[in-house]
Amino acid sequence: MSAVSRFLASELWLIFGRRRNWLGLAVLSAVPIIIAFAVKANPPSGRGGPDFISAITENGMFVALAALAIELPLFLPLAVATISGDSIAGEANLGTLRYLLAVPVHRTKLLAVKYAAIVIFAVAATVLVAAVGLLFGLVLFGGGEATLLSGRQVSMGEGLLRLLGICAYLAVNLCAVGAIGLFVSSLTEQPIGAAIATMILTMGSFILDAIQELEWLHPYLLTHLWLNFGDLLRDPVGWDGVRSGLVHAGAYIVIFCAAAWARFGTKDVTS
Amino acid sequence: MSEAVQTFGLSKRFGRQLAVDSIDLAVPSGSVYGFLGPNGSGKTTTIRLLLGLISPTRGRHAMLGEDMPGAAGRVLPRVGALVEGPAFHPYLSGRDNLLRLDAADRTALARTARQRADAALERVGLLAAARKRYRAYSLGMRQRLALAATLLSPRDLLILDEPTNGLDPQGTREVRALISNLARDGATVLLSTHLLSEVEQICTHVGVMHLGKLVAQAPLAELRAGVAPRAAVETAQPEQAASVLRQLGLSDVETVPTRATGVLGGIAPEKVVEGLVHAGVPVRGFAVVAPDLEELFVSLTGEGFDVSG
Repeated sequence: MSAVSRFLASELWLIFGRRRNWLGLAVLSAVPIIIAFAVKANPPSGRGGPDFISAITENGMFVALAALAIELPLFLPLAVATISGDSIAGEANLGTLRYLLAVPVHRTKLLAVKYAAIVIFAVAATVLVAAVGLLFGLVLFGGGEATLLSGRQVSMGEGLLRLLGICAYLAVNLCAVGAIGLFVSSLTEQPIGAAIATMILTMGSFILDAIQELEWLHPYLLTHLWLNFGDLLRDPVGWDGVRSGLVHAGAYIVIFCAAAWARFGTKDVTS
Repeated sequence: MSEAVQTFGLSKRFGRQLAVDSIDLAVPSGSVYGFLGPNGSGKTTTIRLLLGLISPTRGRHAMLGEDMPGAAGRVLPRVGALVEGPAFHPYLSGRDNLLRLDAADRTALARTARQRADAALERVGLLAAARKRYRAYSLGMRQRLALAATLLSPRDLLILDEPTNGLDPQGTREVRALISNLARDGATVLLSTHLLSEVEQICTHVGVMHLGKLVAQAPLAELRAGVAPRAAVETAQPEQAASVLRQLGLSDVETVPTRATGVLGGIAPEKVVEGLVHAGVPVRGFAVVAPDLEELFVSLTGEGFDVSG
């Protein structure tokens, strides 16, 4: 194992070995389970709801989509904000940051490994929600052809592929939240404060996006294009929407990772 | 002798306070350097500067013969450091905490990590508690774990900030013995402490910080020689004894209710005893008091152990 991957493995072990984070992941995976059993016990009548709930009885795969859509505004960004807010500030708070830097770990490498761990966590959290939803959905409702938003039926295989695409799209957008969290985390020694600040920026973005009078601002908001994941369920796929959403998230990732690097690279560590 | 640590006009300003003021530290290779100073005198800030945790406002420094912080990647793996008390992940065991630090070290071999961690734990007497979570450790155990972390790899330089803090007397003795052993094996030790007894027992060199300045720096023997030994007479007649001491030529004669003291200078202690007996002074006890490091320390820092502002 190379030196970098050994450090990354240790970082992942810190995240995934921590009981608090298991609890968080358990909460994330509880949502699709609750949805699946609730729909099974009390199937919705008729079609045409704004969410994917009504489609579940036809195809269990939609439990995964419904869970992702429900967790996207709060639970998923909260999980990523908590992990990323903890990244640097948590080590500073414990005092372990000074010992890591004295090992020595180069500051750029530390940030890179911390962010890589955040990315892996964001992907894992998204895939976990989808996988649990898929599992319970298929067991309780069965699979089969899936009906797209535009009404066309596609095969189970293509449906799964599109679900995977949606996971990737959402994970990339959550990585943008993670980049903001990494930056905020490099400013403070309070991990909870960093997580809350990251959450406020995410929630604030949703709120501003809902105020029509601020339309000029909307294209710049972090969460503005998150719902473009729906474009992956159109026929044909709305690649323009997906692409602009990914570029948007990518810009956030680049800007905030660069800011974290500029800030942390020269910061006096007095914790 | 080459220097393991050398600073050139190293300074650090925090806001309006000059925490470290243009110090020229010189820690000779192979020495055990006692870094003394009242709380808040700038010792820890200096150590943070040495390790590159904070950047200097002015000045520069070199460690193990290479310029820092440029050569940090080559130098710091050979440096074990304990800075401002232990700090570990509370929900990991002692051993896992060491493995975590080892994983961060790109020069350390993964293959031997477990073995080296256990050897370090063994060396500080913590192997029995290796699997216990850090949060359940006592202060003394935490301090030992921090010391174990400095021993994970072979080191040429150890920078230890108050390593015996929180240890019981037994632990304190063990740690002193450990430091002496490390020094015997050729490592240089920079030992920051406010315990003068620690310095007297194990240090070869001393540097004294006061209000951010390095006010003294010398081999311990040299520093000791600079302070004259005193004769101390225990007696019920201190005034009478004092006048005899003055007659014999002792300087700086002082009296307290049951005791008279004076600087011996070149006068033989035997002569003093003889003179006292001849003069009929009722002597209960007589001693030559070696220069006390504490007095020296107080004379250098003025205010003794008060916190520097």
